Amino acid sequence: MSHQYTADYDAYAGKSAETRHLKPGELSTGTTIMAVQFDGGVVLCADSRVSTGSYVANRASDKIAQLHDHIWCCRSGSAADTQALTDYVRHFLSQLAVETGRLPEVKVAAHLMRRLCYQNKDNLMAGVIVGGWDPVCGGTVYNIPVGGACIPMPFALGGSGSTYIYGLVDAEYRENMTKDEALALVRKAVAHAMARDGSSGGIIRTLVATEEGNVRDYVSGNMLPYGPAGW
Amino acid sequence: MSELTNPAIGADPNAPSGGFSFDNVHRNALLLQRQFPSPHSSDPNASANANSGDRSILPLATKTGTTIVGVVYKDGIVLGADTRSTNDTTVADKNCEKIHYIAPNIYCCGAGTAADTEKTTELISSQMELLRLNTGDGQSRVVTACTLLKRMLFRYQGYVSAALVLGGCDLDGPHLYQIYPHGSTGKLPFTTMGSGSLAAMAIFESDYRDDMDEVDALRLVQRAILAGIFNDLGSGSNVDTCVIRVDGTVTMGRNEIRPNEVGPLRDMVRRSDVLNMREGTTAVLRSSFVGRSGVGVSMADVTVTAMET
Repeated sequence: MSHQYTADYDAYAGKSAETRHLKPGELSTGTTIMAVQFDGGVVLCADSRVSTGSYVANRASDKIAQLHDHIWCCRSGSAADTQALTDYVRHFLSQLAVETGRLPEVKVAAHLMRRLCYQNKDNLMAGVIVGGWDPVCGGTVYNIPVGGACIPMPFALGGSGSTYIYGLVDAEYRENMTKDEALALVRKAVAHAMARDGSSGGIIRTLVATEEGNVRDYVSGNMLPYGPAGW
Repeated sequence: MSELTNPAIGADPNAPSGGFSFDNVHRNALLLQRQFPSPHSSDPNASANANSGDRSILPLATKTGTTIVGVVYKDGIVLGADTRSTNDTTVADKNCEKIHYIAPNIYCCGAGTAADTEKTTELISSQMELLRLNTGDGQSRVVTACTLLKRMLFRYQGYVSAALVLGGCDLDGPHLYQIYPHGSTGKLPFTTMGSGSLAAMAIFESDYRDDMDEVDALRLVQRAILAGIFNDLGSGSNVDTCVIRVDGTVTMGRNEIRPNEVGPLRDMVRRSDVLNMREGTTAVLRSSFVGRSGVGVSMADVTVTAMET
C-alpha cells in the first residue's frame, strides 16, 4: 500500500491565546506596548511589528495613534479593529472639544474608548492603552484590556510581548520618575519583550506627551538597548 | 391608480433597499462542509485517498492569486501587477487587468476575489468623482480614497475579499497605502500584496532606495512582479505597470513585459513534414465559377403598398 500524506491546512494552527480570536488572514498587531506616567506627562512606547500568521506584514508600523492634541493611545490586537476604534474616538473627542470649548480630559478619552470596546466586545479584538496630558489631572494612563474594562494606572503594559516583561517592569518601576528615567525604562522593557516575543519586533517608537507638546522618537532595530545586536 | 404610477403598489415591503445580502452566508458555509461523493466509493480503501473525493460541492470564486506592488519614488508612484486570474488550479484569464482607476491622479491594484476587488474600486471611484463634483475641487486626495475604502471593508468585516495597494499623487505629493480585507491600512514607501507578495518583497527589501528616479523605480517594480510571476504559482503571464507623477501625468504600461509569449516557442518546434500539408497536396480535378444570386434586396424587389389612412 502506498504511503498516504494528508496535510490539513489549519488557519488557526500555532496561534497564541491573544491572536486565536482573529479571523483567518486578519492582521494582528501581535505587540508590545506600554505607557508610564511621570510628573507632568506620560511616555508611550510600542514596537513596530504587524503580522499575519508568521509573515511580517509591516515592519515599521506606528501603533501610537493620536486622539487629541495631548491625548494618545497604544494599539494592540486586530489592526482593523483598533484603527476603526481610534478613528471613532478621535472624531468624538474633536467634536467634544468644539462643543465645550476646552481641552478634553484623558479620562473622557479613555471612557469613550472603553464604551466602544465594551459595547462591541463580541465583535472586537482590541487592547488599548490611552495616555496623555490634560489641565485637570496632568499626565494620566488608562489601560483598556480586551474585555472592555478601564483601569487608571501609574504604568500599563499590553500586547502579547507584555507577559515577558511584567517582572522586569515591576522591579524597575519607581514612583515619581523623571521623563528621561521613564523613557529609559520603556525602551529597556520593550527591547526585552521584542527579544523574547516572536510577534514583537522592528523598531521602538516612543512618544512623550506634556503640556508643552508631543515629542516623537524612535530607536532603530540595530540600536536597541537589548537584543540580538548586544548579545 | 395603477402599479405603473405608484411604485409602492406590488413592491415587496420587506425588500432590502440595496447593498450586499448575506442571507446565504450560513447556508453556503454548511454546503462547503459537504463533499462530492468519492468516485471510487465502492472501493473501501478509497476513503484513505485524500485526493479522490475530497472536493467541495460548491463552485469556487475566481481569485486573483496575485502579485501586486507599489513604490514611492522621487517624483511620484509606480504601481505594478501581474495579469493571471485563477479559479482553483486553473488559469481563468491569462491577461486580466489588476490596476484599477480610482481618479485621474489615483490608481489601485487589487488582489483577492476578482469580483470584489473590481466592484469595490468601481464603487469608490464613483464616490470620489461625486465628491469632486460636490466640493468643486479639481483634485482628489489619496487619503480620502484610502478612508472610503477602509470604512467599506471594515463594515463588511473581511467578507469583501479585497487586498489593495492604493497609490496616487495629490497636492501633498506622492502617497502609497496598503489596505487589507478587514479594513486595516498602512502608509508605506514600498509595499507588496497577494500570494506573490513574499517573492516581490524579497526584491524590494534588497534593492529599494529612498528617492529613486523614475527609471530605477519602474525597473524595481518590474523585477518585483517578475519575481512573483516566476516564483509564485498563483501569479503569472505579463507585467502591467502604472506611473503616477506629481505633475499630474499618468503612464499606463499595459503588458510592459511579456515573458510568457508562446508564439515564438511554438514556431521553434520542428514538425515532421508528414504533419505539414504543403500546397497542392490535394489534387484539383475540376474548377468552375458560379455567380452570386438570390442574396441582397433592392427597391426593385419590393412591392410597395400604400399605407391605410
